[in-house]
Amino acid sequence: MAIEKKNFSRRDFIKQTSMFAGGVVFVSLINPMKVVYATKKPEGKGKWYGIAIDIEKCIGCANCARTCKIENDVHKEPFFFRNWVEQYTITNDEEILVSSPNGGIDGFEQPVPEEDIYKTFFVPKMCNHCTKSPCTQVCPVGASFESPEGIALVDQTYCIGCGYCVQACPYGCRYIDPDKGVVDKCTLCYHRLKDGLDPACMMACPTHARIYGDLNDKESEVSLFIKEHNCAVLKQQLNTVPKLYYNALSQEVH
Amino acid sequence: MNKFETLYEALANLDGFIYPNEIALNWDLLIVMYPYITGLVAGAFILASLNRVFDIKALRPTYEISLLTALAFMLVATMPLISHLGQPFRFYEMLITPHLTSAMAIFGFVYLWYLMVVLLLEIWFDYRYDMVIWSKEKKGFMRFVYRALTLWVLDTSHESRKTDEKIGYFITVVGIPSAFLLHGYVGFIFGSIKANPWWSTVMMPVIFLFSAMVSGIALVMFIYMGVNYLRRQKTDIFCLDTIAKYLFYILIIDFTLESLDQIHRIYEADESFDILKLLVRGKLFFTFFIMQIGLGTIIPLSVLGFLQFKKPRERIRKILYAIVSVCVLVGIFYMRWNVVIGGQLFSKSFYGFTSYKVDLIGGIDVWLSVLWFVIPFFILAFLLWLLPPWKKAEDLPQEKSL
Amino acid sequence: MLAFAVFIGLMLGLKYFLTPDSWREYGPYRGKALTEIADKVPKYVDMETCAMCHDSIAELKNQGLHKLIQCELCHGPGYLHVEDDENNKMKIPEGSGVCIECHAKNAARPDKIIKQVDVAEHSEGEECINCHNPHEPWL
Repeated sequence: MAIEKKNFSRRDFIKQTSMFAGGVVFVSLINPMKVVYATKKPEGKGKWYGIAIDIEKCIGCANCARTCKIENDVHKEPFFFRNWVEQYTITNDEEILVSSPNGGIDGFEQPVPEEDIYKTFFVPKMCNHCTKSPCTQVCPVGASFESPEGIALVDQTYCIGCGYCVQACPYGCRYIDPDKGVVDKCTLCYHRLKDGLDPACMMACPTHARIYGDLNDKESEVSLFIKEHNCAVLKQQLNTVPKLYYNALSQEVH
Repeated sequence: MNKFETLYEALANLDGFIYPNEIALNWDLLIVMYPYITGLVAGAFILASLNRVFDIKALRPTYEISLLTALAFMLVATMPLISHLGQPFRFYEMLITPHLTSAMAIFGFVYLWYLMVVLLLEIWFDYRYDMVIWSKEKKGFMRFVYRALTLWVLDTSHESRKTDEKIGYFITVVGIPSAFLLHGYVGFIFGSIKANPWWSTVMMPVIFLFSAMVSGIALVMFIYMGVNYLRRQKTDIFCLDTIAKYLFYILIIDFTLESLDQIHRIYEADESFDILKLLVRGKLFFTFFIMQIGLGTIIPLSVLGFLQFKKPRERIRKILYAIVSVCVLVGIFYMRWNVVIGGQLFSKSFYGFTSYKVDLIGGIDVWLSVLWFVIPFFILAFLLWLLPPWKKAEDLPQEKSL
Repeated sequence: MLAFAVFIGLMLGLKYFLTPDSWREYGPYRGKALTEIADKVPKYVDMETCAMCHDSIAELKNQGLHKLIQCELCHGPGYLHVEDDENNKMKIPEGSGVCIECHAKNAARPDKIIKQVDVAEHSEGEECINCHNPHEPWL
């Protein structure tokens, strides 16, 4: 009888699925609390890129943002940035005013007269290339990934443009390219690194406020800078372990 | 330039500071529709299983309707998501190379499991006997259609019906956790984003689940009344009362959970609290306090609560039920709105807001959203025509189980 | 059951054919994407490349306070100019805009690092280059 057969094979199917499900449960039981980060720092002595930005040296000229837009063909409209500069102004009334007109490219104005300013400084922002990057963790298709050198990249020929990584990035470093319909972000000028050139923003900085290099090499400029200065990262509480270190970072900066 | 017009408008209306990339709001109305529609599916199914598994006989008239409603909405549930993608034709990659650390990657599989294993099978077993009968009654093409639908299993014996019944029961038992999984999972997609304090809460899947049940039950209640109205049949008021009772209970749980979440947020008042307070009191005031809490929760709760104690005449009760179900549906829609849109209105720098305006005339997302919400009703009409629940054979007489 | 077998078989088949070829070379992503991203042509060349032809002006600049500043910061990216200098002239900035980017007075700019002027007050409508040579700045 057909129905009998159906019944039997369904039981088979259920048996198989329950075995599979049981297997999954079992594996997760013997391997408890394994964190599901997308990437793991590779072992061995490859390069592991990190960045340091010295806020004390930043003059807010936004040449980093300007050159980045040119070098990487980023849209000129003020909604798409791989790299931008923010101006923080803390008034004597302890009010925190932040501005970033066109990512700093249009130049900065102080919002209050100088005698009302308690403290003011610039903070250049870019992708933090986190070690435990939340953006690559959530990519449903594996189009966003961390390269073996520790650079968070997007495979634009594979990205489906769901925007989940844009939501997952706590630093607002990703955007959807309105023409291609895929995500775009800082690549630390991966194409320039491979040619032995400095990333465009590093090259453009007139005061050498930006440093990058190999964190595995403890004698590299960036490693020494981090060692000698009291550096902090953004949003440490989220445990994204950024590789972008700021010297003299004020706690008001988010 | 036209393409960026709305963005320039948002830029001109910024409050405080926002990261420059955050001005563009990436998840628009379509992403509001996605959890809304999935929620309706899960909720409708739960109502069906109340009848089947928990053996609440008063709900029998809505059993098939809720299953078919669930199926109709399930068929389009992924469409808002896919049509929202920047590269819609690459969606298959999610099934081919799922990236297992992503909360979104498994959705395709959860969806397929639910659609194929739970909904289709359950409906098939429920209708198999009737389809055999219908295939014998009809002529020509329709006869072939019903034959094909039975997959040429033409057994009509009493034993076979009993087997159908048993398997159907079993599938429903599997289906309840599946429905929970489906919608809890949708909540997890939002709840697992640690970058966004408005979303990142453990309660998110549970809240999504209960609001899904609320909305699904309200939808079935509405459709049941609508179908009977169109067919000029008498609505079983006892059945409606029972649905309303469950709607009332689950709405209470849903409201409690949501309040708990907010109270927890308010009392803990962590670093994100100041900006969220401004968000809820400012940009979300209308959608949150008036639509979600007022229209979607307080009014239905008080009306349903009143009806638990005092039963006015049948006609009035019916009208009240219709109003309540619409209120709940609108309220849950705004609940999704507040989660999805609200979560993107404030800057992750906690220093300001962007704005989002629904472009009613030109916005493609609006048209698509409306489309994806209307299509299920047509599918449902087709399904009701193909598999009319009111022409089904009588249920098997209940036997004392051992 | 048969339908399920067919379906799962179909999925596996699709998975086999549609998975990109360099998948999982380094991790759950297309390994080839790395080389594809790296293949993009850099637009900014380098100060050394400029100095290969324009050696005297580069030397002059590198003696002064502007020694850290790349030529291309004011003159624009040079990748086309390097290929074909006849048809792709570098940009000669006009007006004071480029100077102001760094030297306009702003309380957030650290005084120790950069000299700043109140533009309207300091230049009285004159352009910066009427008095200053950007390749040989003086204080």
